[in-house]
Amino acid sequence: MKNFDAIKHVRGESQFVDDILVPQGLLYGYVFYSTIAHGKIKKLDYSNALKIDGVIDVITAKDIPGENQIGGIIQDENLFAEETVHFVGHPIALVVAENQLQAHAGARAIECGFEKLPAIFDPREAFEKGEVIVPPRIFSLGDVNKAWKECDYIVEGKVESGGQEHLYLEVQGSFAYPTEGNGIKIISATQNPTAVQRTSARVLGIPMHKVEVDVVRLGGGFGGKEDQATAWAVMTALAAKKLNRPIKLILPRQEDIRLTGKRHSYSSDFKIGLKSSGKIISYEVTFYQNGGAAADLSPAILERTLFHTTNSYYIPNVRATGISCRTNLPSNTAFRGFGGPQAMFVMESAIYKAAQVMGVDPSFIQKKNLLKEGDEFPYGQKTKNCRAVRCYEEVESRYRISEIKKSIDEFNQTNRLYKKGVALMPVCFGISFTTTFLNQASALVHVYTDGSVSISTAAVEMGQGVNMKLHHIAAKMFSIDPKRVKIDTTNTSRVANTSPTAASKGADLNGYATIDACEIILKRLKKVAADELKKEDPSKIEIKNEIIFYDGNKTELIWQKLINAAYLKRVSLSAQAHHATPNIYFDREKSKGEPFAYHVYGTAIVEATLDCLRGTYTIDSVKVVHDFGESLFPIIDKGQAEGGIVQGIGWMTCEEVMHDKEGKLLTDALSTYKVPDIHFAPKDIQINFLEDVPNPYGPFKSKAIGEPPFMYGIGAFFAIMNAMRSFRPKMEIELKAPLTPERVLLSLYSEIPELTLQNK
Amino acid sequence: MINFILNNKTISTDSPLGITLLDFIRKEEHLTGTKEGCREGDCGACTILIGDLIDNKVKYKSANSCLMPLGDVDGKHVVTIEGINQDELTPVQEALVDEGGTQCGFCTPGFVVSLTGYFLTHEAINPIEAIDSMNGNICRCTGYAGIKRAAIKSTSLFNGLKRISTEDLVNKKFLPDYFLEIPKRLIELQKLRDKSKSGNGLPDKRVLVSGGTDLYVQKWESLIDEDLFFISDVNELKGISIEDNRIKIGGATTVSEIENSPILQQYFPNLKNDLRLFGSIPIRNRATIGGNIVNASPIGDLTNILLALNSTLHLTNGKSKREIFLKDFYKGYKTLDKLEDEIIAAVSFRIPRENSFFNFEKVSKRTYLDIASVNSSMYLELSDGIIVEVHISAGGVAPIPLYLARTREFLLNKNISDEVISDAAEIATSEISPISDARGSAEYKTLLLRQLILAHFIKLFPELIDIGELV
Repeated sequence: MKNFDAIKHVRGESQFVDDILVPQGLLYGYVFYSTIAHGKIKKLDYSNALKIDGVIDVITAKDIPGENQIGGIIQDENLFAEETVHFVGHPIALVVAENQLQAHAGARAIECGFEKLPAIFDPREAFEKGEVIVPPRIFSLGDVNKAWKECDYIVEGKVESGGQEHLYLEVQGSFAYPTEGNGIKIISATQNPTAVQRTSARVLGIPMHKVEVDVVRLGGGFGGKEDQATAWAVMTALAAKKLNRPIKLILPRQEDIRLTGKRHSYSSDFKIGLKSSGKIISYEVTFYQNGGAAADLSPAILERTLFHTTNSYYIPNVRATGISCRTNLPSNTAFRGFGGPQAMFVMESAIYKAAQVMGVDPSFIQKKNLLKEGDEFPYGQKTKNCRAVRCYEEVESRYRISEIKKSIDEFNQTNRLYKKGVALMPVCFGISFTTTFLNQASALVHVYTDGSVSISTAAVEMGQGVNMKLHHIAAKMFSIDPKRVKIDTTNTSRVANTSPTAASKGADLNGYATIDACEIILKRLKKVAADELKKEDPSKIEIKNEIIFYDGNKTELIWQKLINAAYLKRVSLSAQAHHATPNIYFDREKSKGEPFAYHVYGTAIVEATLDCLRGTYTIDSVKVVHDFGESLFPIIDKGQAEGGIVQGIGWMTCEEVMHDKEGKLLTDALSTYKVPDIHFAPKDIQINFLEDVPNPYGPFKSKAIGEPPFMYGIGAFFAIMNAMRSFRPKMEIELKAPLTPERVLLSLYSEIPELTLQNK
Repeated sequence: MINFILNNKTISTDSPLGITLLDFIRKEEHLTGTKEGCREGDCGACTILIGDLIDNKVKYKSANSCLMPLGDVDGKHVVTIEGINQDELTPVQEALVDEGGTQCGFCTPGFVVSLTGYFLTHEAINPIEAIDSMNGNICRCTGYAGIKRAAIKSTSLFNGLKRISTEDLVNKKFLPDYFLEIPKRLIELQKLRDKSKSGNGLPDKRVLVSGGTDLYVQKWESLIDEDLFFISDVNELKGISIEDNRIKIGGATTVSEIENSPILQQYFPNLKNDLRLFGSIPIRNRATIGGNIVNASPIGDLTNILLALNSTLHLTNGKSKREIFLKDFYKGYKTLDKLEDEIIAAVSFRIPRENSFFNFEKVSKRTYLDIASVNSSMYLELSDGIIVEVHISAGGVAPIPLYLARTREFLLNKNISDEVISDAAEIATSEISPISDARGSAEYKTLLLRQLILAHFIKLFPELIDIGELV
C-alpha cells in the first residue's frame, strides 16, 4: 500500500495553513513585540502605525473581551504584555492591515518605550534568586547516602546541554473568521486543537462550543506546535472577532524563531558511584532546567527528565532532583523527547566520565547495568517485556563491534590528522503521557452509502504518518480497499476534548479509538449481513477484501451492497468510540506509580571522523537495532527512526542556540542556526527491526516510534569525544553540548601559549 | 510588461518587477506547491527551475524563487512543481513515496524540483551528483535517508545511458510532454522582450540587481517598488576569457559558470571542489562574482579566493573605466573605493605561473550551505624551494575581506619549514581583529585562522612538513 499522504506531498498538493483558499475580505496580521528582555512598558503609541496605508487596526491587551491569559499548566502567561515585558519577543500588539507588507510597515511605525529591569538568563542564577516555576521535584529509589560507602569509584561532574530550535519547515500560522451567532472558526497549524479552542474561548469570553478549530496538517511540529501554536491562533481569533473580518497570521521565519520557545537547555550536576566490576551502585543528579519566562509545558517536561534519569539502566540507589527555573527568555517548550534526552545525556556523560576514571570503555559499564526483566525504575514501575539487553547484544553482534573498534584503532594509529571514534547508545523510553488524564482519545467513523469511509480522530498529522497508520487500521478493520478510506481533518466540532498529538502516542491512542469505532459498526454490519443472507449467527460473518463470508464460505454479498442494505434497514453507519489507556497511574506526591503503558528499547552504534587540524567532523554511520513491536507501516517507522536520529545528532553537534548578553537571540535565521543538511546527515544509517516482538499494549501489536530514536543521536557526542581523545589523550573532558566545531577546536588546542589572542 | 512561460502557461504581466517570483507564483498565480520556508535561500522549499534560451536550446537551472525578482524571468521558462506533475507520479515522485523520502511534505516539492532539475541539466547521470543536486534543500523530518534512496533509485532508470535528452525525460515520464514545445515558444516570446528593461548600456539612477542572492535577503520589501535594472543577462558583463596572460571574468558571471569554466578548471583543478562550499547549487546558479565583491561581506568566499590571486577590478560607469587592486578596494566595513555610478565590469588576475600552488580553506559550523567562520586562500610560487611570490587572504576576522600583507612580507624569499609556517601563522593572527558573533568567538576565529594557515601548507607541501611538530 502506498502512503496516500506522501502522494499528495510529492505533487505539492498537500495543503498547509498558508495554502488553504481564504474567505473574502482577508486581512493580515503582524506581531509587534518587545525588544528588551525585562522591563516596564513606559510608552506605547501606535498612532503613526494607523496612518500607514492599508493598516486597519492595532490590537492590544485592551481589546481582549475575556481574560488576557493563555497559560496551560499554570496560568502565568499573557497573550499581549500589559505593563511588563518578560523576554525579547514578548508580544505587545497585533498590527492588522490589508496585506502583509503594510502590516509589517505598521509594526515598524509603533513607538514603544521601556524602562529596563534586571534580567536573568542562567537557570542556576534564577534558582539562587528563588525564581522557580514550580517547587523542586525529587525522584528516588533505595538510599544513595548509604550506597556511596559500597562504591569503589565515585565520580562527579557537571553537564550542560543546549537548547534546540524546532525549525519545522512550515512556520507558525493561523487564520480565523467570524461565524454566525458570535462564533469563530480557526484554521491553525497546531498539535493541540483543543488548547487553541479552550484558550480562544477564554480570551474571547465565549463558550468553547462557539469556537471551531480545524487542522488539516502541519509542516512539521516536533513539539513546537503543542503549546506554542496557541498564541498566534488566539490573536487571529481576537482580531477577527473585533474587526468582523477574516485574519491571517503567518510568522515570518525570523519572527518564528525569535518569538517561540526551544528545547530547554539544562545545566546539571551528577555524582555516580560504581563497583570495580562496573556495576553502578548509586547515582545522584540535579537538573537545572532553563524554563524561560512562563511555565508553558516546563513542569511536565521536567517530570519526564526525572522519569528518564537512568535511561536504559537499572541503578538500585538513585536520587534525582529537578528544578524548573524562570528566566527572561521565551518560554521553552516541548521538543521531541520532552526532557528525556536531557536526562539521558547526563546519564551517559556520567558513565563516560566514570569509564575514563576507571580506565575502561564506556560500553563495559553500559553492558553491566542494562535493564533486565522485572527491574524497578526510580518511579516504582517494573520492566515488562524488557528488551534492553537483547537490542544491545544484537547490534553488537550484527555489526561486529569488536572489529569496528579494532579497525578504528588501526586507523587512528596510522593517521595523524584524522581520527575516528565510535560510541554505543542504548535508549529506553516510556510510552504514555506522564500526565495520566491525557491518555485518552476518540474517533468518529462514518460509512457513507457509496461504501466510502471517513475517519475523524484527535490525531494531528505532522509528518509522523499517523494519518496513514489510521488509514491502514480502518481499511484492515473493515477489510476494504484502502482507497475507500479518508482520514478527515482534525476538528474540534467532530472530535471534542482532544489531547495534543504528542508523547509519541498519536497512533496508539487514536488507533485504538479507531479500532473500537470500526468494531461498533462492524458488529451492526454483521447483523445486517446475517439478515440479508438469512443466516442465524452474525458472529460467523466475516468480511475479507470487501466480500462477505459466512462460516468461512464466500457469499454473494459484497461491501457496497451490505452498506446499502444497512442504510435501507435504518441501521446507523456512524460510530464514535473513546479509548483510555488502561492500568496506568502516577502519584505525584510520592513520585511513584505505573505511568507508562510500556517502554521502547533499542541501541545504536555511532561512528565519527574528526579532522584534528580544522576541528570539523563527520558523523559517518549510525547502526541501530530497535524494538518497533510489530510495525503498522514499516516505511513510516523506519523514516521516523532515521529522521529522529539526525535531529538528535543535530542537537548534539551543529545546532547551537545563542543569545547575546541582553537576551537577544543571535541565531534567528537559517543562515545562523544550522540544522543538518543532506551532506551533514550520516551517509550510512541502518535501521534494523528487532524480530518477533509483538507489543500487547499497542494497536495490532505495534509500538510508538516518534520520540525514542531521537536519543540515539546522543551517541554522536561521545563518538566525536572519543576521536578527540585519540588525538589528545590527556585532554580535559568538557561535557557540554552541542559539540560544535568551535568547541572541538578550542578543546584540542587549549594549550598553545604563543597564540595571539589580544582581541579576545 | 514582461512575458514568460510559467509551466505550460504563457504569462504577460504588469506586476511590479521587483516582487519576488515566489510571491508572484503563490499569490498571483495561486500555485501553492512552491513553499515559503525562510526567504533567504537557505531552505530550498521555494526551489523552481528557470529555462533560458541559449543558442536556440533551453538551458535549465534551479533557483530560489524567494530571492529572484519577477523582472528577471522575462522571456524565460519558469517551472514549479505543478509544471512537473502528470496524471501519474513521475519516477522521482514515486521513488520519494516508496523510499520514505517525504514526511510532513512541506519541503518535498522543493526536493522534487531540485532532483528533477538534476536530470534536466545533466547529460550523464550518477547517484552522487543526484544527491548533491539537493544540497540547497533542507528537510527536518526524514534525516535525508529516504531522499537519498529515492535519488539513487531514480538515477538507476538511466543506467547505461550515456547522454540523456529532454525527449528521454519525457519518454520516461520524468517531465510532461509540453517541455518539448518550450524552445519554440521561447523563441517567439523573446521577440517581445523589452530591451530597455535588461539590455545593453548602463542605466542612470536605477537600482542594479544581479543575482539578488544577498540583496533580496537584506531588503526584499523595499525593492518591490524600486526602478530595477537587471544585469544578470547583460552579455558584456558575462564570460571568462584569457587576455594578455590574464584570466578575466565578467562581473555578472555566476559562481556556477565559474565552477564549470574549462579555463578555470585548467588552471585551478581544485576550484570546482572548493566552490562546492559556496552556498548551494541554486544560490551558485544566481550569485555573481561582482555581487560577491560589492557586497563586501568579510566572509565572502569568492572575494577571499580573488584576494589571494591578487586580482584587479575593472570598474566602469559606462563612459570611463578604471582599474584597482581588489585588496585596495575595501576601505572599512561595507565601505568601498567605488563611485555610485561605477559597476564592476570584470575581475582579472594573472594566469598562475609554473611551479605555483593555490589552496582554499573554509570552516563553518556546517560544512555545506553555510557561511564561513573563517576562510582563507593562498597562492604561492616556488623557485628552487624558495617562496618567490605569495598572497594570502583571511575572511571572517576583520571588518573587511582581509589581505594578509604582513604574512606575505614574512614569507617572501623563505624556505618552507615548520618554523617558517608556524611563524607565518602567528603573524597572520596578529593582523586580524575578529569579533565574537553567531559564527564563533574571537578566540575561536583567531585559533581557526592559525589552523587554516597551517592547513594551506600541510595540504600543499606534505613532504616538506613534520606534522607532529605543528599540531
